[in-house]
Amino acid sequence: MSAEQEPDFVQPEHFAFDAESEQAIPGILAKYPPGRQASAVLPLLDLAQRQMQRTTGSAWIPTAAMNVVAERLAMPPVRVYEVATFYLMFNLRPIGKFHLQLCTTTPCWLRGSDEVVAACRKATGIAGWHETSADGLFTMTEVECLGGCVNAPILQVNDDFYEDMDGPATERLIEALRRGETPPPGSAIGRQGSAPLGGPLTLLDGKG
Amino acid sequence: MVKLTVDGIALEVPNGCSVLQAAELAGKEIPRFCYHERLSVAGNCRMCLVEVEKVPKPVASCAWPVAEGMVIKTDSPMVRNARRGVMEFLLINHPLDCPICDQGGECDLQDQSMGYGWGDSRYREPKRAVMEKDFGPLVKTVMTRCIHCTRCIRFLAEVGGAPELGATARGEDMEIGTYVQQALTSELSGNIIDLCPVGALTSKPYAFVARSWELTRTDSVDVLDAVGANIRVDARGPEVLRVLPRINDDVNEEWLADKSRFAIDGLKHKRLDRPWVRRDGKLVPASWDEAFAAIAARMKDLPGEKIGALAGDLACAESMLALKDLMSALGSHNLDCRQNGARLNAARRDFYLFNTTIAGIDRADAILLIGTNPRREAPILNARIRKRWLSGHVPVAAIGPAVDLTYAAEWLGVGPAVLTSLLSGEQSFAEKLEVAKQPMLILGQGALARPDGEAVLAAAWQLAQRFGMLHADWHGFNVLHTAAARVGALDLGFLPAPGAKGFWAMRAGAVDLLWLLGADEFEVARIPPTTFVVYQGHHGDRGAQRADVILPGSAYTEKNGTYVNTEGRAQRGRLAVYPPGEAREDWKILRAFSAVLGRPLPYDDLKTLREKLATTHPVFARVGALPAAGCTDQSGPGGDPAAMLPNPFTFPIANYYQTDSISRASPTMVRCTETYYPGLAMAAE
Ligand code: SF4
Ligand code: FES
Ligand code: FES
Repeated sequence: MSAEQEPDFVQPEHFAFDAESEQAIPGILAKYPPGRQASAVLPLLDLAQRQMQRTTGSAWIPTAAMNVVAERLAMPPVRVYEVATFYLMFNLRPIGKFHLQLCTTTPCWLRGSDEVVAACRKATGIAGWHETSADGLFTMTEVECLGGCVNAPILQVNDDFYEDMDGPATERLIEALRRGETPPPGSAIGRQGSAPLGGPLTLLDGKG
Repeated sequence: MVKLTVDGIALEVPNGCSVLQAAELAGKEIPRFCYHERLSVAGNCRMCLVEVEKVPKPVASCAWPVAEGMVIKTDSPMVRNARRGVMEFLLINHPLDCPICDQGGECDLQDQSMGYGWGDSRYREPKRAVMEKDFGPLVKTVMTRCIHCTRCIRFLAEVGGAPELGATARGEDMEIGTYVQQALTSELSGNIIDLCPVGALTSKPYAFVARSWELTRTDSVDVLDAVGANIRVDARGPEVLRVLPRINDDVNEEWLADKSRFAIDGLKHKRLDRPWVRRDGKLVPASWDEAFAAIAARMKDLPGEKIGALAGDLACAESMLALKDLMSALGSHNLDCRQNGARLNAARRDFYLFNTTIAGIDRADAILLIGTNPRREAPILNARIRKRWLSGHVPVAAIGPAVDLTYAAEWLGVGPAVLTSLLSGEQSFAEKLEVAKQPMLILGQGALARPDGEAVLAAAWQLAQRFGMLHADWHGFNVLHTAAARVGALDLGFLPAPGAKGFWAMRAGAVDLLWLLGADEFEVARIPPTTFVVYQGHHGDRGAQRADVILPGSAYTEKNGTYVNTEGRAQRGRLAVYPPGEAREDWKILRAFSAVLGRPLPYDDLKTLREKLATTHPVFARVGALPAAGCTDQSGPGGDPAAMLPNPFTFPIANYYQTDSISRASPTMVRCTETYYPGLAMAAE
């Protein structure tokens, strides 16, 4: 069942790119041949979402922003809505300051993503997917494979990957975020890149 | 040409054909949902799968180009199995609510599931449900039934030029809608109802009214604009329940404008179903004899020159001929059909026709619009211009207050001054006209219905001459009419004879008896009280309110009538239901009245009347067809361009949804006015 519900948030009436975004736009548009500027719809939507994050602390794209993108690229607004709703990376409703994107696809799940999910719920008090914690800091989203399966399970916070997670590491991470710290992304167990866990194998054993 | 075989039939098909088209040429029917020959190919429903030898998997025939030597099988076990699979997937989320669905009985999904559906479902999981959308007063949605063929999206984006529908989200969450809840703004929106292969989009006013098999179909033509769209009128008993387009590639392709489709509920409201006579200032019901007697009494001592007649915008040629003959019998030549006061010149047919023809727009290579907003005056013709604009980057320019025409027109200015600067070559669009081989101009009523209309007409003709729009095999001079009756009336010569009184004089009281044949589109109230007004028509609209005698006539769905569209194409409307109450077919009323006067018109049946029509005016003998286009005589209609006034052109139609007595009486059109022109709706209250 997918019947949509009445929105429980307010759409801002207006949106305009700020100076910082405006500065980036010419460079983005220049990447596409003349007459093909509609191709810039993805980067401009991303720009709008980042501006919202920068200015309001919540990375999402209001309808007004989609309309601005449509006008800028001379496309019918509905074509922008189609793109924005297709890609799950665009948030079309306000989210928390930290977007917890939990991969639960098979490799992550085999490596304990259930535990990571449970830890997130426990530490943030969020009950279901797409919900935001009472303090407005965290939103939990279930995502498909993030392409980091080697270091599964993965928890993506905003743009950063936290890898090789387990329950306690997840709780520590969330506490740190809450304190305003930014723990370094990457492996939680000190793995180097995506090397095998027990240290390099074949080169050392290379005698025989 | 490409040689191939379809189910063992060898044939040659044009290059670039799709496998589906090739199969059709071989006489094989391919089931489909998303493919439509007048829209772009989407290839997303997969119902059209066929087997092509040497291709390991079934292919979507609508999106697969033909190749030399291809061996196509449209009915192999592999094909049947594949289509069954597709059908099963389509039905997974379909509600299967045919018993309560308005599409039932004429649903592609229903029909094709008879061929490819399983007897019962293997799906045990919950089905998805989709929220209804609000597309405005015309199109009803039950989006749970949608199979995502995207025909509606493509139609509005491609033909309608109002890209408001889209497919949002994806996978199981995909939905068709506007995303921001808004009413569709296209004047062609009703066509998505026809295009939708399932019951997701149906007609809102027609919801739960009838089943398709209860209806009687009558082929006819539309009269709510001057395009003459071919329609079928579906009726049950005495009621017209719906109007759908018929295919005519030369006129409306297979589209119909919203007013023509949805204004028909106006046929049931405010009808004149009995004669009325004004006694002591009040209209009272009367019998036909009393009504005729009242008119005859008033006519008794009137000389012919004190009698006049005005033909309305919905009148059929038969009734206009009868009225004209009646008037000449009475010695009157005070006739007019130009209720909008347009300075039309009827000296030659090509001075007032859309000579390029609607289909001819497809060949134009530069288009100039003068004082016309075809989007409101003739939405179907506008779609044709848009089609041309899309296909060839044909330059389009327009003169008048800038509006959204659904294609990018270059707005050169608002008034006749632009014509002068085009003629002198100063205006830069002149260069584009210069290089064009088959340029055309469209002169709207907004440019003609003004005191300097004759001068504008002359200037436009000179433009046509100057830019090579007039040659033996191309006629680029076009007048766009807004009234279905107008060209027929001009062909009949329903105009004042030299020295006789025309529209303005008659409105100002120059005749003592004025016969209005459904004429409602002018300020009837300004006819002075000394004029005795006979109103013959079907709706209690402006004319009837002023009338001294009302003769109830029939609407276009209730009579056999001939109409000539803006191109000069004579077409026949047919009786689908009988006129209500005591109302009668219009020519019969005139024939009966002529007998009361003791000067019977020389025709007793429709056949004789039509013979007379055809012999006096050969146009009416050529129903449906047009003579070859091309301009054989370059000499213009006269008039002096220097007499053009500086004031800007104004467009004749402010409210697309209510332009005549039928659409003004239509509750659906009232709702459209409220939705799309809230300002006008408020003013009317
Ligand atoms: S609403 Fe109808 S026409 Fe539009 S996508 Fe769905 S099934 Fe196709
Ligand atoms: S499965 Fe989680 S990153 Fe690939
Ligand atoms: S008709 Fe070919 S895929 Fe839909």
